This record gives sequence, structure tokens and C-alpha cells, in this order.
Amino acid sequence: MVDPGWYMALAASLFGIGAVGLLMRRSVLVMFMCIELMLNAVNLTLISAGRAMNDINGQVAVFFILVVAAAEVVVGLAIIVSIFRLRSTASVDDLGEMQG
Amino acid sequence: MITEYIWLVIALPLAGAVFLHFFGRFLKAPLPGVVASLAIAGAFAVALVATLPFLQGTDHGQGILLWEWMPAIGANLEILWDPLAALMTLVVTGVGALIHAFAIGYMHGDDRFHRFFTYLNLFAASMLTLVLAGNFAMLFLGWELVGLCSYLLIGFWFTGESAAGAAKKAFVVNRIGDLGMLVAMMILFAVFGTLSMEGIFGEASQLGAGLATAVGLLLLLGAAGKSAQIPLYVWLPDAMEGPTPVSALIHAATMVTAGVYLIARSAPIIELSTTAQVTIATVGAATAIWAATIALAQRDIKKVLAYSTVSQLGYMFMAVGATAYVAGIFHLMTHAFFKALLFLGAGAVIHALNDEQDMRKMGGLFKKMPVTAVTMGIATLAISGIPPLAGFWSKDEILGSLFNRGGWFSVLWLVGLITAFITAFYMTRQWVLVFLGEPRWADDAHPHEGPRVMTVPLVVLAVLTMVGGLVNTPLRFTLEHFLEPAFEGVRVLHPPAGWLMFAVLAGISVLAGVGGIGAAYLAYNRPKEDWERFESGFGRVWGLWEDAYGVDDIYGTTLVAPGLKLAEKAAFKVDLPAIDGAVNGLGFLVRRAGQGMRVFQTGQVRNYAAFLMVATLLLMIWMVVGG
Repeated sequence: MVDPGWYMALAASLFGIGAVGLLMRRSVLVMFMCIELMLNAVNLTLISAGRAMNDINGQVAVFFILVVAAAEVVVGLAIIVSIFRLRSTASVDDLGEMQG
Repeated sequence: MITEYIWLVIALPLAGAVFLHFFGRFLKAPLPGVVASLAIAGAFAVALVATLPFLQGTDHGQGILLWEWMPAIGANLEILWDPLAALMTLVVTGVGALIHAFAIGYMHGDDRFHRFFTYLNLFAASMLTLVLAGNFAMLFLGWELVGLCSYLLIGFWFTGESAAGAAKKAFVVNRIGDLGMLVAMMILFAVFGTLSMEGIFGEASQLGAGLATAVGLLLLLGAAGKSAQIPLYVWLPDAMEGPTPVSALIHAATMVTAGVYLIARSAPIIELSTTAQVTIATVGAATAIWAATIALAQRDIKKVLAYSTVSQLGYMFMAVGATAYVAGIFHLMTHAFFKALLFLGAGAVIHALNDEQDMRKMGGLFKKMPVTAVTMGIATLAISGIPPLAGFWSKDEILGSLFNRGGWFSVLWLVGLITAFITAFYMTRQWVLVFLGEPRWADDAHPHEGPRVMTVPLVVLAVLTMVGGLVNTPLRFTLEHFLEPAFEGVRVLHPPAGWLMFAVLAGISVLAGVGGIGAAYLAYNRPKEDWERFESGFGRVWGLWEDAYGVDDIYGTTLVAPGLKLAEKAAFKVDLPAIDGAVNGLGFLVRRAGQGMRVFQTGQVRNYAAFLMVATLLLMIWMVVGG
């Protein structure tokens, strides 16, 4: 059996890649994918920790997260499509209306 | 029993007011007036039937609980239906119904015809609440509501600045009196633990002499505001800005007599304090002669009647102050008849001359308006105290009672006698100036008698003025017996007994009346130059009377101006910097804080993501290290 530490390390690096991508990229779509990457890195952490501690709750939590995430993806993509239709662009730098 | 349905007396006019408020505008011109008149006539009918048990002697009055409002302090909606309340109700609804009918003709063509009758009905309901109240809280409710209606009706033609000002003046001056009324109620509650009249008057002697004097004087202050006595009478002459039916109903026959009613109703308390009695009677006497002299020199037909009303109310205060309650209430009733008649007649004249109120521009109207002239003539004789008209009997009973009490009250009797002479003089002056002599009105005026709906109330009131006094004559004290249950356990002052005394006293007062009438007739039934010379013969005194002793100016400089200055100081020195400053300062702080936070709202989504991550990181570090 592979040491759970490796899985943890993989999850951490996936999370890091997602976070950096979120901060660096301009495309809304890519940023959204980065968020999904971070989310699934967390899922991986939960499963590994559950396995390491011999606790089924980790996997149960992941199931819930997957279901919610599916709904979240639908809403998120719908918003992105709407923005694209309205603006013919998907660059976050052009979406500055919330500036105070 | 009909007595159980006595609440209808209040409910009918109230229903009329509510109905007219919502649906009056959909009715064509005379209909709102008809609805209002029927409502109050219905109330009169109910009151009349409910009075029968008192006349038969089978009932002596009872309280009727309608609804428990605040039972802990004795403040419920309860009606005290006794002979005194019955008499007041009959006067208010009876004279009120006639004036409602007259107003249908008088207000014809007014844009807010239905609104006028809404207010009139509301007033009737309020006034009936006042006189039927079985406790001081409900009485105060009616007391304030009639004040409101008075305000609304004085300012009915509010587009005129003087009408709006007069309405405000009436309201503010009445507020001063109401303060006295409120404090009196608080003292009564503190002593008796209830506001119920039954509870208070039943054990009135618990009050003690000092508190009885205090309550009596405070009630006098309240009554002086509502009934236009010195020093609070100044609002009533200004109130003539309202339509003439309003002057007749509110400012002559009903509302202004509320003060007299209040004192008479509180007889068990007034009884305890001689100081209060003397003060009330003296204030009344002073007001009577003060206002009578002012009325002498007025040019405005309604101003004469207004000051005359103030003067006659002074008579009533003299009576109730001297504990001659029956005489006071009797004069209240007869005065309602002849003064309402005088006001309605004056209204008919004003109406006929295209809103002319200056008596110097009248004259010679007898042939054009015979009904008005004759009915007003009867009222003039009545107020002058000529037998056997109503005013003679009531005025004579007051003067006789004052004479009978003796001491200081003999002086008041003399004042009343002089006032009777002056009253006869100025009323005859008015009648002669309006109806006799050369026509002095404008060329484009075509005076004519009003329609039936206006003349019939005049005639009915004239009949009442003629026979109304017969309810209480030395031959048959019907009113005295009728009111007996209401003044049970209270000593009521009477005129001296015996025919000789009656003849002597009546002779003296009739002499004063005839003298006044004769003098005025001789002075004024002649060309204009002659009576103008007569008036200027008085020199500066006449000007002083004409200017109402300049009291309005004195009040203006000593009370109103400092009050305005104080309000100005409060507004610009306290309110603006302190109150507004605090509120504005708080707003300024929030704005500045918001300004500072603006830098975080960059509008860049990636910045937000960064903030979120840094914050999460910091939170985690804190949890790991600090937790």
C-alpha cells in the first residue's frame, strides 16, 4: 500500500497549481477550472485522511461534495456563458463594475 | 327601554360624518347636507324620547356602560344620562339640526359642500360625546374633538390667510386652557383613584378645601379657554372667519358653552371652595362687561355678535360661579336659541349683500328681508331682557340669584345690570344700522330673502326665543324641577323668593334693557352723519373699544413675540447645532469609514481571490499557532 503521505503531497500540489492558476490567469473559464482543481484536491485530501485513519466519514463527505459541486458547476458555467453573451469576452480584467 | 339605545345620539352624527367623508363627494349638492341634517335630527328624536322618563319623574338618571376602555382608572366609554346631560343633548341636537338645515342654503355653491357637512356632523358627535360623558377621560376626549372640529371649521376657507391664522389662534389658545383641565384631572385621579364622575362626585368632600380650590381654579382655566373668558377670550372674535353657520353652531350655541357645562357638572367640587366660586363669578362678570363695551364699537356685524357671545358667556359664568347652576344652564339654553338666531340672521344678511359684513354699508334692509328683520328683532329684544321673551327670564334669574347671595356678589349684580344696559344698546344699534335708515349698500347688491331652507330655521328659532323662557318662570319652575336630580346633594342658589322682590328686581333690569334700547334707537335711527358724530363724541374711548382695548397687540408683544423668539433660539441655537449636528456627525463618520474601505473594492476578481486566500491562510496559521 502506498503511503497516504504521497496522496497528501499530490493533493497539496494540485491545490497549489489551482490557487496559482486562479490568481494568474485572466480567462474566466480557466479560473473556473482552477477552482474545480482546488476543490478536487480537497476531496483527495479527505479520502486519503479517511483511509489513513480508517474512517468512512471522509469518503461520505466526498460524496456530498461531489453532488454539490455538480450543481455548482451548472450554475457557474451558466454565469460564464451569460457573461460571454453579454460582453463577447471572458477576461476578468474587463469585469470591473464592482469597483468601489 | 329607550335609554339603552342612547348611544345612538352619538352614533348617528358620527355615522353621518364617516359616510360623508367617504361617499360625500359622489352626492350632488344639497344631498350631503340633507344626509347630515337627517343624522342630527335623528339624534334629536332619540334624545327627545329618552328624556320622557325624566319628565314623568320615573327616572332620575343612570350611567350606561358601552365598552370597557381602561376600567382600572375608571375611564370607560360610558354615558351619564341624567337631566343635565339630556338638556344639553336636546339643545345641541335641536339647535344643531336647525343650523344644519340653514347651512344647506348658506353653503350652496361651495366647492367643498360635502366636506363642510362632514365636519359639522363630526362636531355634533364630538359635542355629544362631551356632554354625555360619564367620566372625565371621555369628557376630555369630546373636549379635544370639538376643539379639532372648531379648528377645521374656522379654517374652512383656509385659502384666506386670516382664516388659517384664526384657526391656529383658536387651537393654540385652547391648548392653554386644556393644560388646566388636564392638571385638574390628574389631581382628581390622584385623590380618588378614578376618573369616573360617579366615583368622584359621590365622595367629593374627601378632596379638602385646598385641593378643591385648586381643582376649581384649574377647571376654570380649562373652561375659560373653551368658553372664551378673560384672559383667553381673544380667539373667539377671530373665529368669525369661519362660515356663519359655524359661528352660530360652535361659537355661539354649543361648543363655547362647554365650559359652563363643565363647571355646572363639577358642582360637587365647586361647592367645596368659596374661593373658586368667587373667582369664577368675578371672571364671568369682568368678561361680561369687558366684552360688552368692545361690542359697542364694532363695525363688523359678526364681530358684534362674537363679543356679545363672550359677554353672555360671562353671565353664565357669573351664575355657575355663584352656585346658581340652574340659572346658568337656563341662560345657556335660551342664549343658544337667540344667539343662534342672531348669527343665522346675520348670515342671511351677509349672504344677501354678497359677503358684506360692514354694518356701515348696510341699512334699510327691513323692506327687502322682512322675515330676517323681524326674527332678528325678536332675538334683539330677547337678549336685551324684554319680557316675556326667553332672555328676560334667564338673565333675570341670574341677576336675582347674584343679588340674593349678597356681599361681593351684589357688586357683580351691579356689573351685570350695567352689562344688561350696554347689551341692549349695542344689539339695538346693530339692528337699527342693518335694517333701518337709508340703504348704504353697494349698487351691485340685490338683497333678497333667502330660500325656505334658510328662513324656516329662523322662524323656528324665533318661536323658541319667544316661548323658550317659559320653562322656568316664578310661576312654574319646570326646569328647576327637571334638573333637580342632576344637582342632588348640592346647594343651588336661587333668586329671592316672593313676588315683591321679583317685581322690583325684574323692574330694575327691564328698565336697564329698555333704557339701552331707547338710547340706541334715538342715537342711530337718523342719518349717517349724525350717528358718526355721536360715536366720535366719545373721543379716544370709542377707538379703544373699537380696537378691543388693544389686547391682541398686548398679547402679541408680551406673549407671542417672546414665544416666537424662544422658538427661533431653540431652532437655530439648539436644534440645528446639537440635534442635527449629532445626526449629521454620525453620518459623516460612516461616510469617512466607507471612504477608507473603498480601496479594497478594486473590482478585480483576482484581487478578491487573493484577499480570500490570504485571509484563509492567516486564519489557518492562527488556528494552528494560536489554537
